[in-house]
Amino acid sequence: MTEQTGRNERRLTIARAMAEAVAQEMRIDPRVFLMGEDIATLGGVFGNTRGLVEEFGPERVRDTPISETAFIGAAVGAAADGMRPVVELMFVDFFGVCMDAIYNLMAKNIYFSGGGIKVPMVLMTSTGGGYSDAGQHSQCLYATFAHLPGMKVVAPSNAYDAKGLMTAALRDDSPVVYMFHKGLQGMGWLGTEPGATVDVPETSYTLPFGQAAVVREGRDVTIVGLAMGVHNALKAADDLARRGVSAEVIDLRTLVPLDRDTIRRSVAKTGRLIVVDEDYHSFGVSGEIIASVVEHDLRGLKAPPQRVAYPDVPIPFSRPMEQFCLPNPAKIVQAFDRMAQA
Amino acid sequence: MAPTIAQKRWMYRHMLISRRFEEAIERIYFEGKTPAFNMANGPIPGEMHLSNGQEPCAVGVCAHLDAGDVVTSTHRPHHVAVAKGVDLKRMAAEIFGKAAGLSGGRGGHMHIFDPAVNFSCSGIIAQGMGPAVGAALSRKLQGKPGVAVAFLGEGAVNQGAFHETLNLAALWQLPVVFVVEDNAWGISVSKRQSTAVPRNDVRAAAYGMPGTYVPGNDPLAVFAAAGEAIERARGGAGPTLIEIETYRLAGHFMGDAEGYRPAGEKDALFARDPIPALRRRLIEDGSLDEAEADAIEAAAQATVDEAIAFARAADYPAPETALERVFA
Ligand SMILES: Cc1ncc(C[n+]2csc(CCOP(=O)(O)OP(=O)(O)O)c2C)c(N)n1
Ligand SMILES: [Mg+2]
Repeated sequence: MTEQTGRNERRLTIARAMAEAVAQEMRIDPRVFLMGEDIATLGGVFGNTRGLVEEFGPERVRDTPISETAFIGAAVGAAADGMRPVVELMFVDFFGVCMDAIYNLMAKNIYFSGGGIKVPMVLMTSTGGGYSDAGQHSQCLYATFAHLPGMKVVAPSNAYDAKGLMTAALRDDSPVVYMFHKGLQGMGWLGTEPGATVDVPETSYTLPFGQAAVVREGRDVTIVGLAMGVHNALKAADDLARRGVSAEVIDLRTLVPLDRDTIRRSVAKTGRLIVVDEDYHSFGVSGEIIASVVEHDLRGLKAPPQRVAYPDVPIPFSRPMEQFCLPNPAKIVQAFDRMAQA
Repeated sequence: MAPTIAQKRWMYRHMLISRRFEEAIERIYFEGKTPAFNMANGPIPGEMHLSNGQEPCAVGVCAHLDAGDVVTSTHRPHHVAVAKGVDLKRMAAEIFGKAAGLSGGRGGHMHIFDPAVNFSCSGIIAQGMGPAVGAALSRKLQGKPGVAVAFLGEGAVNQGAFHETLNLAALWQLPVVFVVEDNAWGISVSKRQSTAVPRNDVRAAAYGMPGTYVPGNDPLAVFAAAGEAIERARGGAGPTLIEIETYRLAGHFMGDAEGYRPAGEKDALFARDPIPALRRRLIEDGSLDEAEADAIEAAAQATVDEAIAFARAADYPAPETALERVFA
């Protein structure tokens, strides 16, 4: 794309891509405003609101007290009243103190009003572990939000998608939960997956929800993931390629809506499916993806589908324990080997 | 209520143990994190919230407690844990993520549990308060002695749990004390930016309980206020809310550039460091002489050195033990 347009490459972190999308929308839409903890002066603990208070001022970029029920509930009311709020729940793990505002109000008000009101708001929240912060600061909880009807759920794996999905979220009249993985943010202090920092066009653009991306084409196995899982899948695909196995990698990009067709098409071609998910193993994304394939058509499958997900335990602090639990490329390769033996 | 000489020395010693402990943690935390600061690296990975400067809150309250009393703390728990008598070696090992840690490495620095002294903490703001109220209720129901104390930051008073637990505690006249450590900041957001109420002790009136404000980060003044509150609780007269003016000498967490602090704030705080101030006072009022103060200091350092050495030498847990202990 860079070569075709002749434009200089502009590599952005996800954090900067998110902030840029919000800033561009705020310039053209006075209804967009932000609320959250440490999002103004500090620019967000994870950098994704950096520069916004400097440009738009504290009226539109509001540092809040540690009162998630109040400001997320307030966003629901402001959204119904003609604003387009963006709120940040600093770590998704904190949803426990404010879930009613999220799943009983934000997610249900459109439906309960019979479509009479809109709830155009974005709830940004960080996910993911790997840096020894233990189980109140490291969960993903993708499935928790995707399970409850009424919220769109997005989870970008790279800065290009992050910007386009954010702009689309800001323009959506329904609530969007925007889940960004800490390990992809490009914040050095969390360590960073380099593959998440990519070329991002300066002009505003949207990515449609419900379109997964085939980020690597292959013939022998389909590996489906989201956010950090995509990077693990790509590394596993490299390892498999060295052994002559051709893996196709699908980045879900959005969980709600979920692009089941792309997954089914790919598995129909490869006959093998591995789902990678840093969220908990049971009752989650991996089960949903596998069910979506097998309930549709069993015949194309050459082996039982596999999942590489977080075991059903709270996330431990100690590094050897946490690393033991996290998905990684080696576990994906092992999952393929299990299928090859089947 | 004035402390005895023994209590003053106890407070000084525990403030020193807490400070020396955190100085050691601070040093070790940066091992493996330079030149590039990556929280995942080094012998102590993850977030690290230091409490140095806030020791007066911990010792002034815990001087009135024994192992049977219940304390809940926050994401910034070390000073309170030290004052409550949490096993320092095993706490250090927990912070290092070692098998010999209090929780075998599962919890880490924000999830310190020592059932032997009824201490626990949680990283979710204000969420230590419910369990403290519940412990107080349990004591009442069982007719068992003891009080519960919930420590929280000034930022936590704006969380729903604060209001719900205060109301419940007053309604049921429970033996619990709520201790707000007002260090003026919740990460980068100042107290003034987060509530229109300048002093949180006045909120007690909204729930029908007494409220006290302790200015000056003064351990002896904390001792006096906490003594009264804990006596009331022990006597069945119900809960109290205390707000203590204190200082956070460190960043919110390690690695915090603290760009939000007004220029000069840190220097002014260090000039009022409560530990040398207490030493001076105890020497002035005859509770200690220089040699005794030095000896307390040396003993505190030795206690810390021993705990840190224990933690360093301890083994990491077997990775697969991560799967154990989910259920009782
Ligand atoms: C419910 C919840 N919201 C947000 C956070 C993130 N957070 C961690 S510490 C902190 C500031 C807490 O301020 P305060 O209560 O004053 O305690 P201090 O850090 O000053 O000790 C915040 C916002 C959290 N842990 N839990
Ligand atoms: Mg504070």
